[in-house]
Amino acid sequence: MTLLDASGIEVVYGPGCPQCVESTGDRAGTNQCHRCGSIVACADADIDVEAGEVLGVVGESGSGKSSLAEALALDRNSEATVDGEVRYAGYDGNLLDADYQTRHDLRTGEIALVHQHIRDGLELDVTGGGNVAEKLLAAGWRSYENVRERVRNLFEETEIPPARMDDPTGTYSGGMQRRVQIARALSTEPDLVVLDEPTTGLDVSVQARVLDTFRRVQREEGVAAIVVSHDLGVVRLLADRTLVMHHGRIVESGLTDRVMEDPHHEYTQTLINSVI
Amino acid sequence: MTEQTRERTAGQGTPVATDSVAAALADVEGDGLAGYNYAYLDEHTKREVRRATLKAVAVPGHQVPYASRPMPLARGWGTGGIQASLSLLGPTDTFKVIDQGADESVNAANIRRLAADTADVATTTDTTEADIIQSRHRIPEEVLTDEQRLVLQVPITDPLRTVDPSDAANRRRHAHGNYGKMWVHLYESVVEYGEIDIAARYPTMVAGRYLMDPSPIPRWDVPKLDDSKHLTILAAGREARIYAVPPHTSVEPLAFEDRMFTVERFPGQACHACGSTDTYLVAVSEDSESGGTDDAEGAFETRHVCNDASFCAKRRENPDLPKDHHLDPSGVDWGPATPEADETGGDWV
Repeated sequence: MTLLDASGIEVVYGPGCPQCVESTGDRAGTNQCHRCGSIVACADADIDVEAGEVLGVVGESGSGKSSLAEALALDRNSEATVDGEVRYAGYDGNLLDADYQTRHDLRTGEIALVHQHIRDGLELDVTGGGNVAEKLLAAGWRSYENVRERVRNLFEETEIPPARMDDPTGTYSGGMQRRVQIARALSTEPDLVVLDEPTTGLDVSVQARVLDTFRRVQREEGVAAIVVSHDLGVVRLLADRTLVMHHGRIVESGLTDRVMEDPHHEYTQTLINSVI
Repeated sequence: MTEQTRERTAGQGTPVATDSVAAALADVEGDGLAGYNYAYLDEHTKREVRRATLKAVAVPGHQVPYASRPMPLARGWGTGGIQASLSLLGPTDTFKVIDQGADESVNAANIRRLAADTADVATTTDTTEADIIQSRHRIPEEVLTDEQRLVLQVPITDPLRTVDPSDAANRRRHAHGNYGKMWVHLYESVVEYGEIDIAARYPTMVAGRYLMDPSPIPRWDVPKLDDSKHLTILAAGREARIYAVPPHTSVEPLAFEDRMFTVERFPGQACHACGSTDTYLVAVSEDSESGGTDDAEGAFETRHVCNDASFCAKRRENPDLPKDHHLDPSGVDWGPATPEADETGGDWV
């Protein structure tokens, strides 16, 4: 069953002009429109995600991965012009046009985003437990003990010491903050989690543990995920299918193994050669 | 303004001697109120305030903007309450003003005098006799009736400002009934203190829709707003917002199912003046009656006393007077337990 079906996603920063899309992209070798100077972060992107599937998105910095992820997670950026169509199982119509209430319901219930930057996703003054509890409370949980228990379970599941639950999130280590974000994202049992660079700024051993945790929880809960990363290792470990982005376009897509072992597009070949 | 009044005002310039302040004051004829409209505010202002009030009553708990004129005292000193009161008062009304339960506070006395001078109303300190009660940070102990209106002065209108300083974001939250942030605030409070630790301005859900700041009344007074017989108008002068709790509207303090809303507790304390154990008490430090010297340890002693001064005076004459003594049928009590308040003061649910 297709959970999320997006087509023609286009994210433009700047005034935009009719020639923006044709003057940018892989062939043009740039993502900036030479005529009006707008940045076409992403265009003509078609993505679909099945229930329980993990989709990887790789590409170099500035290739439009995060913009695409935010558009798919219905996270509105006031500076960007977002166009295209996002359909979600069980909801009518294009979610990019949906009203605040529908987006809010989806964001508290079914689609969760783990932000690239900790500060976008967490309140550092609030306790780690409070950050996770916020989602539960927004979803209508009204029993303090139930919220505590759920938060404690999530902390155990994501391997954060529950003893640190009542400390301000700002006092947590980078890896713990990352895990709090994941715990928060999983708290209301969403159907889809969008992870934007889940391992940025973590050392390799912590990276491995965070990824292990996520992979285990993802399998146990059967949640679908879109994993955005510049790190091919992360995507190779987590993703069933992979998209490769370059200059704001999807240049190649396929099963992760196929893309990694037999890259077709020139850029993908460069990308894979430069890592391995 | 009619032709007649314009003529009257135009002719009113009083020549004032400039030698000294005393001479100038002596030279002023009358009470200095000539030229002012009835009830101080001009009719257009009063109409605008009334319109905002009606809208506030129609959408309980919603903050309605209004113009908020400059008043003859600093904003934040009750200017919103005065505008609401003056636009409601008529010559047959009786007006009571209290400041944290006291009728005699300077600010309350001045507001009462402004209304008496400009609106020609009778004033009282007796809660049961008043038609309109303007109050700062308290709701009287005596039960209000469906013929009375309570005007509360409000310093901060938005309960969400505690959790997010952005009014724009908070307005969006109100529009969508999205109060998750406030719930996190309560959660954090329980984590830190074991119970919800909010002394005043307790976030309160009105009619199941809007989160309201009930003004800095103590938690003790919050349950009095629930399904009350009287109309409550909350007006903020500095922030230029009016909101209201109409009669018989549900007012529910936010709390968890297993961490209930509680009112203040005064274990083992009674008012030292009237002996009440079922009223909101405040601790006062007074010169010791045993007459200690200034630097001696016993120079001051802390005693508890009723915060509602007028009801305390009545209780001093009649210690068994119930809070609903003026109502028929009786038994329509409000607020925490009465008359035999238990040791804990009773957890109000």
